[in-house]
Parts: sequence; C-alpha cells; structure tokens
Amino acid sequence: MSGAVLQIDNLGKAFREYRMEWQRMLSWFGAHPVAASEFWVLRGVGFQVEAGECVGIVGQNGAGKSTLLKLVTGTLRPTEGTVRVAGRIAAILELGMGFNPDLTGRDNARYTAGLMGMSPNQIDAIIPAVEEFAEIGEYFDQPLRTYSSGMQMRVAFSVVTAIRPEILIIDEALSVGDAYFSHKSMARIRRFREEGTTLLFVSHDPGAIQSLCDRAILLDRGRMLMDGEPSQVMDYYNALIAERENATVEIHALESGAAQTVSGTREAVVESIGLFNAPGEPVEFVNVGEPVELRVKASVHGDIPRLVFGYMIKDRLGQPVFGTNTHHTGQALEHVRNGQTVEYRIAFPMNFGPGSYSVSTALCSTDTHLVNNYEWRDLALVFTVANQNRDPFVGSAWVPPRIEVLRL
Amino acid sequence: MKIMLLAIWHYRHFILTSIRNDLRTRFARSKLGATWMIVQPLAQGAIYAIVLARVLGSKLPGINNQYAYVIYLLAGLVGWTLFSEMITRCLTIFVDNTSLLKKMVFPRICLPLIVAGSCLLNNLFLLAATLAIFALVGHFPAWMWLWLPILTVVTLMFGLALGLILGVLNVFVRDVAQVMNVVLQLWFWLTPIVYFINILPGQFALVLRLNPMYAICSSYQQVLLWGHLPHLRTLGAIVAVSLVLLAAGMFLFRRASPDMVDVL
Repeated sequence: MSGAVLQIDNLGKAFREYRMEWQRMLSWFGAHPVAASEFWVLRGVGFQVEAGECVGIVGQNGAGKSTLLKLVTGTLRPTEGTVRVAGRIAAILELGMGFNPDLTGRDNARYTAGLMGMSPNQIDAIIPAVEEFAEIGEYFDQPLRTYSSGMQMRVAFSVVTAIRPEILIIDEALSVGDAYFSHKSMARIRRFREEGTTLLFVSHDPGAIQSLCDRAILLDRGRMLMDGEPSQVMDYYNALIAERENATVEIHALESGAAQTVSGTREAVVESIGLFNAPGEPVEFVNVGEPVELRVKASVHGDIPRLVFGYMIKDRLGQPVFGTNTHHTGQALEHVRNGQTVEYRIAFPMNFGPGSYSVSTALCSTDTHLVNNYEWRDLALVFTVANQNRDPFVGSAWVPPRIEVLRL
Repeated sequence: MKIMLLAIWHYRHFILTSIRNDLRTRFARSKLGATWMIVQPLAQGAIYAIVLARVLGSKLPGINNQYAYVIYLLAGLVGWTLFSEMITRCLTIFVDNTSLLKKMVFPRICLPLIVAGSCLLNNLFLLAATLAIFALVGHFPAWMWLWLPILTVVTLMFGLALGLILGVLNVFVRDVAQVMNVVLQLWFWLTPIVYFINILPGQFALVLRLNPMYAICSSYQQVLLWGHLPHLRTLGAIVAVSLVLLAAGMFLFRRASPDMVDVL
C-alpha cells in the first residue's frame, strides 16, 4: 500500500507565558487574553510523507526538530495547523520512556507495552522477543535502578519496536547506545523499512542521514528551509552553519563561552579559530580523508620572550586523538612584541573515523603549559567527521589499507 | 466523552497492571512494604485514642463497649483516610508523571483512575485491619455494615472529582498543592472524627453540617459503630455534587490537556 501516511499542514507550536496563570485558564474557555510572551518554536511547517519513506530531520539545536517529532507523535498539541497520521506510531523521543526504577526490566517492558495500548495477550507474546533482542541477560529481572543508561536504551528500543509500526519516530536515541546495539537496532530499522514502515528520524550524524534517508528536511529557527535529497540538504545545512559562524564569530564565542574552559595569563590569546576545506571555505562537517586546514589567529598583549602554539584534537569522549605544538616542530617564535598578531595555518588530511571531535588550543612559552601559560582553551572548535564515500570502517583513525586476498 | 470511555476500556488492563505495580513498588524498598499504609492511619488512631479517650470516652450514649470511642474514631478515620489520600495523590498526579506525559502517548485520563484504584485498594486493607481490631475489642459485624461498599464508592467519587480539578490546576499553579496540604489539615479538624458534633455550640454545628466530609465520616460512624442507616439524603446530595464536580473536572481536564505538557 502506498499513499501519504503522514500529512502535515501549516503546523505551528507556540509556548505562551501569561502574566497570571488564571489568564491561561481563561483561554481554555474561549477567552483570548493577551499573552505576556509568545514564543513560536515551530511555524508554517508543511509536508507529507509516503508509506515506506525515510525522512531525516536536520537543523541546529533549537531549530524545532524535537518539537516537530513530539507534535507528530502527539505528546504535544499543535497551536495551529494539523497533523494527520494513518497507522500506528511508535516513538522513541528521549531516553528512559518514563520507566519506574523500582520495577524490573521485564515489568517496565510490560508497563510500556501497556502504555502503547497492547492487550495482555499481545504483551505476553512480545516479552520473550523483547528479552532476546535487548540482550541484557540476568539484568532483565533486576530493578531498573541497577541499569546503565545503555541498558535502559536497549530495553526501551526493544519494547517500542517489538511490533512493526506504520510510522517509527526516533529522536537521536540511537546515538546513546553502544556500537554493537546501535548496529543491531539499525538493522531492525532497515528491515522495517523494507517491510513498509515510514521512518522519521532526527540525527546530528550526517552519515546516518545520508545512508538511511531518502529525503531530508532542514529546519532553522522553527521554519522549514528545505525539503529534498539528503546530500543536497546536508550541503546546504553545512553552508548555512559555516556562513553563520563566519558572520558571528564574536557571538559564537560568547554563546559557547559557558562550555569552554579558558585559563591563563592572557598575554597571548586566540582571536579566532576555524577549519577550512581545500577551496578555503569554512567547514563544520568534513569527509573522511579530506584535506583541511586549521587556521588559528593569536594576538599578543605584552612583550613575551617565547611563544609556542599547541593544539589537541579530542574525540567526543575527550580522549586525545592527535596533538602537537610548535616547540616540537621547531617553530617557536622568540621575542614577540605587544600588539602583534600571529596566524597559524595547520594543514592535515582528516584521517579520522566518523564522529564528533573538538580542538583545544594552548599558547605558552615552552613545550608544556606549566611554565608560562598564556592561554589554554578547551572546546575552542567542534567539528564532525562523516564517512561520505569511503568503504565502511570503524574506529577513530582512518588508516586506508591495501588488502590482498589470495586464494591458495 | 464516548471516545474517552472507549479509551479507558481499551486501557483497562494497563490500569489494572499499573495499580498492581503501584502496590509492588511500595513493597519494593521498605521492609514492611505495604503494611505502612495501614500502620499509618492506625497509629494516628491510636494516638488520638490515647490522648483523647479519657476526655471524650464517657460521652457516647447507647454504647456499652468500653472501647466505643476507639470504634468511633477508627470508623471516621477509614472514610477520611480514603478521601485525603485521593486528594493528596491527585494533586501531584500530573506533575509526578511529567516524563511519562512528555514521552508517551496514552489516554491521560488513565492516571487519575490508577490513583483511584490504588487508593481503593489501600482503603480496603485499612478497612480489613479496622474490622479486625473491632473484633478484638468485641465489636462484631452488623447488617448495616453492608452499606460500606456504597460509602466507599461515594467517598472515592467525591475525592476523585475534587482531586481531578485540583490536580489539573496544580500543573499550572504549583501553590495549589501547598495550600491544599494546609487546607486538608484544617478540614480534618472541621470534621467530627476525633470529637463528637454535640460538643460544639449550636450555630457552629449547623455550619459544620455543610461540610460534605461530615456527612461521609458520620455515615461511616453511624454504620460501623451504631449499626444505623447512613444519612441517605445527605449522601445523595454528595453524590449529586460529586457528579457535577466530576463533570466540571473532566471538562477542565479536557480543555487544559493541550497546555499541560507545555508547562510541565
């Protein structure tokens, strides 16, 4: 059967704040009190999805992706517009699913299945399959409070997808699980798709969007900017981010200031940092093996005897992947004057595995930052590596092999 | 309305399982588990009995049992405990289930029904314990005790109706729960449970008769202690009021429902 399983028209969601809560209460009974503030997280979104299609939803944080999924799922009600759904929806919106920590995994699975509207017979029928798919062994009969978040995720995914839904909605939940389980769940999702399930999928992983989806929708500040081919949409998205970061370096630094750790005497500071591709365009998403250049501008405030620049690339867990400094490369600068600006251009091929990475920078006088630490900055830059056209591989390093297979 | 009833019917097993889970979770982490929900009101009764028995014990006309006051006290407490537990739990029902409401789609009306079921079960345990105590002190069943199921249903309905309204309001104005905790304390003392209405001055007693919990608790006392008919006419009025409140609560609940997750 084909045809639209999901029809969204002019969808909008506003969060309203009232000066007094009784004004909100009046609004339930037909009155229209003036809201003190009204914040549209989503507005004018409309598209339709055919049976069996897989649609990826991309956008920066706060673009309205999760709100859109919640509106489609039905946990949030639209302020304007309509969502029409044909068929059963299963959704994994966030981790946990409202599990009860004192009940066992088995009881929680039964409870969640009940919440999804299954009858006791159906529940009895699926529980063995859930237990088998989750693969958490003895833990399945232990209270949930003894579980790791990965194990909770396993149970949640196993229950929600125990019966093939017409529409499956996943909000980044898969990125939390371990690699083994995320492959296993991806396989199940692919099988559902072949059997005709429609998939709606939010992810920050461009690789997942491009490999899984037929279509991508780009949201930006609550508006739908683009709806089309995943690769096209991702390119546009990357350009959008790059443009925004270029134009607003200052603001970006302020916004992420809370998360950054900056320390040092500040006699030398990093003014700007960016990652650029071969044509010299700023990038945030990089293909595996693509040549890139890290450009760092540092300004000096005070006469300093010796300036060494160091950087460290870390993976998303904070493990160092690669780092070096200009002391080791024999490029330390002697006698730098107050007011001077130095630019470091570090070219290297992105021989990293897919994932998110961060760059930390250090400005100091020797090969350690313990003598004269001018500035140390964590999370100075974040970028994502995606495997767009290489043979699939795992790990954080890309070491392209030449494999000879000899039949002897 | 019909859709809601259908949804409730479809989710009946879920509601029953949840009531059972609720009970099991209480057993899960405390040594005495569910006995606490009986021990608490009984301990309360024991305290009042010890403190007040000497003061009030002799003023019960027509009862020979020397434990008459204890019986009076426990009879009223059975009714009051059901009501106050309903209100207390309904007050925070939506707030407590925030993560569930945000992540899963299910008929939200199930939540108050689960609370009602779980309160009912607790109350049945308490009632059984109370009747056991009655037997110990030599107060044995009378035919009028057959009114107890009806009294229970009326109390539950009144508690559910009021609780639903307050629970919805509490999502938007969290002070409601705080205020109600104080109001419940006051309400307890404005209901003749530990004292007798005839010790109050006339006009005060008249006002007190407007308190629905007076009719409910004194019906429990009438039935359990004296073996009399409950105040049927007043109970009828309470049923009517409860139905009106319940309808208002459902209406409010349905109107407020779309906004609820937004502010949770």
